[in-house]
Amino acid sequence: MTLAALAAILPVTAVHAALGAPYTSVASDQTKLGASLKATAHDAYTVHELTLPSGTLVREYTAANGTVFAVAWNGPAKPDLSRLLGSYFADFVATAESTPGGRNHLSLSRSDLVIQAGGHMRAFFGRAYLVAAVPAGVSSDELR
Amino acid sequence: MNASRLFVIAVLLVGLGACDKSGLSGGSGSSGGGGNSIPGAAANVAVTVVNAGPAGDVNTMFTSVTICAPGSTTNCQTIENIEIDTGSTGLRILASALTANLPIQQDSSGASLAECTQFVSSYSWGPIALADVTIASETAASLPVQVIGDSSFASVPAACAGTGSEEDTVQAFGANGILGIATEAQDCGASCAESTAAGFYYACTTGTNCVPVTLGTANQLQNPVTFFATDNNGVIIELPSATATGVQSLTGALIFGIDTESNNTSSATATVLPVQVGTGYLTVSLNGNFYTESFLDTGSNGYYFADSSLTECSDSSATGFYCPASTTSFSAVVCAYQDSGNCTGVTEKSISFSIANADTLFSTNTAFAVFPTLGGSYPTASSVDLGLPFFYGRNVYEAFENKSTSKGSGPYYAF
Repeated sequence: MTLAALAAILPVTAVHAALGAPYTSVASDQTKLGASLKATAHDAYTVHELTLPSGTLVREYTAANGTVFAVAWNGPAKPDLSRLLGSYFADFVATAESTPGGRNHLSLSRSDLVIQAGGHMRAFFGRAYLVAAVPAGVSSDELR
Repeated sequence: MNASRLFVIAVLLVGLGACDKSGLSGGSGSSGGGGNSIPGAAANVAVTVVNAGPAGDVNTMFTSVTICAPGSTTNCQTIENIEIDTGSTGLRILASALTANLPIQQDSSGASLAECTQFVSSYSWGPIALADVTIASETAASLPVQVIGDSSFASVPAACAGTGSEEDTVQAFGANGILGIATEAQDCGASCAESTAAGFYYACTTGTNCVPVTLGTANQLQNPVTFFATDNNGVIIELPSATATGVQSLTGALIFGIDTESNNTSSATATVLPVQVGTGYLTVSLNGNFYTESFLDTGSNGYYFADSSLTECSDSSATGFYCPASTTSFSAVVCAYQDSGNCTGVTEKSISFSIANADTLFSTNTAFAVFPTLGGSYPTASSVDLGLPFFYGRNVYEAFENKSTSKGSGPYYAF
């Protein structure tokens, strides 16, 4: 089902944040964050995997139309979530602030947006996806 | 299952002298329904309490610490409501709770050191000071500590603010400070000594001009217990069990050292489960899957794991928690970490726990802050977060990295 391909490193200067933005923002993130990039094509989407200098792995999922519909992270330091989540970072912050005692856990489950985060110091992980933009037939379990 | 399956005991000790660092009031301690016994006062025993704390939280464990300016016996202060967190490393105090005057650490150019502390959903920002820190009767001398929310460092760097919500007040933080006693010796470790990529440490020439810097491990935030002169190889976290529907508070003990004193002898029945160096991960076998990035965390207020059979709560007061129609029980196996990602050939221990409806728990008695059956959803299918409810009714041994004990070298958990 998968076939691996290396993505070209594009001289993109767009500063769009990732989630909900065009694919070009992935290359922009790579440049901005100094990350190495590997792309893997699946039937319904492509996973762009960035390894940040901190060692943290970031995955950005693009649909056929080029839109980033999901992001995920896992590693010893959090990525710049304001950049990765773009306009949805405000939802992350609002959820964090409204979660009782939720410093070490975050879960937002809305009809349009899911954001979840967990782990602990030196071991952080999380994900976010736009429910309506997830390609047909793709399980949310794949977006990790 | 129902509540009767759990051992029922509500321990509501009164007269807990949180300022009294000499130990448990009453002396003889209390018995836990899980078969454990909470020890009495001693030099290496800190009283702990699970209650609502200053911000009305649940399943959060606190103690008190006494801090002094290094070498001083007068510039001192005892601070209550310090959260005990095995998920982070380092002592951090909210500036608003701090009256002692502590020296801020400086780099070789004279710039003040500050930290952007990353938690899962939030960050805390503030300078790094030095303090002599006493817990029970054990002292960590000249310990780097963070002062969170210091008004002299009011400008949070943008890269720090981009990591989550700001928790720089007691109300937002839910505590006057946090005592991070993770298995890792430092909060960042070698990576922050070599690179600024993690975004933890900064040098500030003024309170509003801070730039990322590398910082050697010796100057980073440290596990305070490892700085004690004795009883520094680990801790034992002991809490009584609680009735399934919740209680108002629990009183327990944080015991320093493993097999270093007559009161911290390791149990012959405790199984040693080595964890992954640097992450504290071990493996949990649950629902037919191996969760290879699992961990024990007193700083998490529930059992967190992905299970699509459990309904998530819809009420905003229980965001992120599970609200199953009926209480659901789980059997799991916790085993030592290994790269192969399973439990074959390594030590393991069986556990069981239950997840109840969080809406119901929270509404039964709004004064309750101890809920042993609280759980919630998780972003990954590879991790179970065994939060504070896991510790109820158990004596949990935690050995630090680079430390040896009579049961083997850290890092490990044993229970």
